[in-house]
Amino acid sequence: MTISVAMTVNGKSVSGKVEARTLLVQFLREHLGMTGTHVGCDTSQCGACVVHVDGKSVKSCTMLAVQAEGSKVITIEGLAESADKLHPMQESFRENHALQCGFCTPGMVMSAIDMVKRHNYQLDEATVRRELEGNLCRCTGYHNIVKAILAAAPAMKSAGV
Amino acid sequence: MYDFAYHRPKSLADALALLKGKPEGRVMSGGMTLIPTLKQRLAKPSDVVDLAGVKELAGIKVEGNNVVIGGMTRHADVATSADVKGAIPALAYLAGHIGDPQVRNRGTIGGSIANNDPAADYPAAVVALNATVTTNTGKHAADSFFKGLFETALGEGELVTSVSFPKAEKAAYMKFPNPASRYAMVGVFVAKTAGGVRVAVTGAGPSVFRVKAMEDALAKNFSSAAIKDIKIPADGLNSDIHGSAEYRAHLVGVMARRAVDAANK
Repeated sequence: MTISVAMTVNGKSVSGKVEARTLLVQFLREHLGMTGTHVGCDTSQCGACVVHVDGKSVKSCTMLAVQAEGSKVITIEGLAESADKLHPMQESFRENHALQCGFCTPGMVMSAIDMVKRHNYQLDEATVRRELEGNLCRCTGYHNIVKAILAAAPAMKSAGV
Repeated sequence: MYDFAYHRPKSLADALALLKGKPEGRVMSGGMTLIPTLKQRLAKPSDVVDLAGVKELAGIKVEGNNVVIGGMTRHADVATSADVKGAIPALAYLAGHIGDPQVRNRGTIGGSIANNDPAADYPAAVVALNATVTTNTGKHAADSFFKGLFETALGEGELVTSVSFPKAEKAAYMKFPNPASRYAMVGVFVAKTAGGVRVAVTGAGPSVFRVKAMEDALAKNFSSAAIKDIKIPADGLNSDIHGSAEYRAHLVGVMARRAVDAANK
């Protein structure tokens, strides 16, 4: 079944023809060519595919593209203000060396921004670790990821993002 | 995933009409189980009827002594609801510990209980609090709703519209999550309501079950000491790569005592 879908991705209106079974992550990567969102496990466990749909973090490998009809989607590509000004969370990941191979990073950053906002920019280490339950890092680089998120929370607050 | 026809009705009546005459049609609420199932080609529905657009099915309200949660209410909304936290904090805690944050943003209470995964969290709360499940055709008491492994009392074309939970005097949920999936290896919900004490166990058996011996002991003395010598038989419990039946039987006792202690705090 071919269906037309239209949504906003990173502030830009996009549309396309998909099959009912096309996943949101396939639409982003294969139809729109936005390969920043990764597919890690494809079984809803690893979180490499996390994007924001209408302000909520979701696993885009476990959502159909048609379910995002009319929604506002934000991906890792939509975070940086410009080519030389990263989002405070991205900057904090860089500063704290919060990545090794980098494969899980897009999902980590998207989950991290969502958790910081939900906790009103105030988190402790235990909260960050629990909130990361849906994101796996096969390099086991969690320590610096947690450090980066804790450091980014006040930076996001002062930047107003 | 096999392809299917996708529908997004705006009302319950439209959803039911779409399902009529489609024996291979399936309903999707949050899709947290259905989509992975489809990806593995374990199901091949002709049609998928997405309930996301049916606004009348989502929402939380307090009605007298009950908290009524619409079938399409997401776990994250139950976990953060002031009404749920105020009336039954243990229920908000349970919802806040299902899966991970991304799953909680999509998964729904109606989907969870209609699927009746043996390791799902919600069935323990529904049974321990003696909740009432309302559908488009009638009402089900908690004890007769969950029938067995992935099996419920829901009939053909019957959808969960809401679940009504009576307020509890004391209640708590404790689970031992599988470290990878976060599903309950064993989860125990203990509740003391106007109707008495109930102990409901998920994750350990093919479907949620009550532990009568613990309920009787706790009715006399609501303390973890009262149930410390009660042994759970391992017969018929789940045994898999994550844990043996004996291991799960032991965990039921541990989680039940922790739940009683938490309920007494």
